[in-house]
Amino acid sequence: MSATGAAAGRLERREGRVRSLADYYATTMRTTIQRNFQYRAATYGYTIGMVAEPTIYLVVWSTIARGEGGSIGGLDPGHFAAYYIVWTLVRIMNITFTPYGWEWRIREGQLSGWLLKPIHPIHYDIAWFAGQKLPWLVMYVPIGVGLSLAFHPVFHTSPLSVVVFLVAIWGAYLVRSIGLWLLGMCTFWTTRGSAIFETYLLAELLLSGRLLPLQLMPHWSQTLAAVLPFKWTFYFPIEALIGGYSTGTLLRGLGFQLLWIAAGALTVKVFWRVSVRHYSAVGN
Amino acid sequence: MNTLRLAFVFLRLGALNELQYRANFFVAAFQALLSVGVGIVVLLLVYSHTTSLNGWSESELLVVLGVQLLLGGIVTTAIQPNMQQLTDDVQQGKLDFLLTKPEDAQMLVSLRVVQIWQSVDVLSGAIVVAVGAARVGAGLGVVQALAFVGLLLLGAFLLYCFWLILATGSFWIIDMWFLANLWDGVFQTGRWPIGIYPGWLRYSMTYLIPIGFAVTVPAQALTGRLQWSTVGLAVGFAVVLGAFTRWFWRFGLRRYAGASA
Repeated sequence: MSATGAAAGRLERREGRVRSLADYYATTMRTTIQRNFQYRAATYGYTIGMVAEPTIYLVVWSTIARGEGGSIGGLDPGHFAAYYIVWTLVRIMNITFTPYGWEWRIREGQLSGWLLKPIHPIHYDIAWFAGQKLPWLVMYVPIGVGLSLAFHPVFHTSPLSVVVFLVAIWGAYLVRSIGLWLLGMCTFWTTRGSAIFETYLLAELLLSGRLLPLQLMPHWSQTLAAVLPFKWTFYFPIEALIGGYSTGTLLRGLGFQLLWIAAGALTVKVFWRVSVRHYSAVGN
Repeated sequence: MNTLRLAFVFLRLGALNELQYRANFFVAAFQALLSVGVGIVVLLLVYSHTTSLNGWSESELLVVLGVQLLLGGIVTTAIQPNMQQLTDDVQQGKLDFLLTKPEDAQMLVSLRVVQIWQSVDVLSGAIVVAVGAARVGAGLGVVQALAFVGLLLLGAFLLYCFWLILATGSFWIIDMWFLANLWDGVFQTGRWPIGIYPGWLRYSMTYLIPIGFAVTVPAQALTGRLQWSTVGLAVGFAVVLGAFTRWFWRFGLRRYAGASA
């Protein structure tokens, strides 16, 4: 076979792999969507539980702002309302497979079956949780409308910020998914992954904008947040939509998300090879 | 009397079972420390921007936080595991085993699982309450202390009723995987005094989800804010909710048809 023929063959095989992967993602997502719409009450129960957290933050910080003469750090109740209502959307988007699930997966020997498949298991987790977004978002619409009517959010949104937001929420999903996948792999060494995960959640609470807009956090927290991936999973997509960012900041933010995704994917690739050797299971 | 005897037997069984996994104690202790840490960090952040949240000082909110952690510990030790076991049994058709036993089914589904290591949260919550109450310095007497303990028990009973009503839903909604998440989200609201929420949310959290009665009212007893009319209302509400829970459980049970077993 000539060199040109070999190159063409390689290209064809690569295209075939990409097509198969795209088909795999589409099928997995379709399955998840159908499953979630089948169990509507359960999906609603989950969504309500999720909405509670930002609603609490919104009420607390709005109360403080009103008590302090209408605003704190330049943010008024209208800004807080916008921030936490978009927060909920971003939260729905960045829900992913957690170390709790990893703990179960390793303990029950569920991973054994996955190791026999010709596809990396991370694709299943990303596709499965990506599929859940649509039913959750549909269920969230009436809740979001209700929250908007109750708390009167103020937005300064431009068409560009909407477009960046639509990309950034998927970027946030991937940054968080890959980060938690890496953390989940610790369960190859310890079955106490939940303790590690809860430490991660504390860091996320303080460094991502999950608790309150980062500009209101202490200086040390803002400095740390600037060099860690957390803020790209909450603060950036939220602020991208509610307005105030320049075009440069918006595009730079997407660039940082891409950087963290690439770095995370590379680390997963290396860490997976090392950690899977530690796996032993009884059962499935 | 029989209930107490059974409760003790289940507690002993649960303790023996959990004592096999002693490392879990350290995990539970670490998680309890983290919960307290998160709560305190959030309080510090709030009070770095204000001196009073709707009339509540930092020390008073520490009491609210402690009560919420303490009640959360009671729930994760003795209520939530039982209710999740119930929903799993209904889903898998295993409840038949329990229904054939010569004891009241509601009592059995409510007592059979105890996760003793989770009671570390009760201890950490009690410490936070004590520190908060000492800092408030409201001149606590025996009456306030007794009222606090009584209202705390009443709060635990209200949360039990809420959980059982939710879990009874499994007779209609088979897949109840969302319960823990729903509870975690909703119970976080108790970390703040009920008065800061807007009216519609305040009423929902008092009468639909009894977190206001369960958390804020005991905290009021330790911060000199308790009115005896509130105690009367809480007791009356507990009686009504207890009766409704009993009726709803029986109503749901009539729908149960074992799928396997």
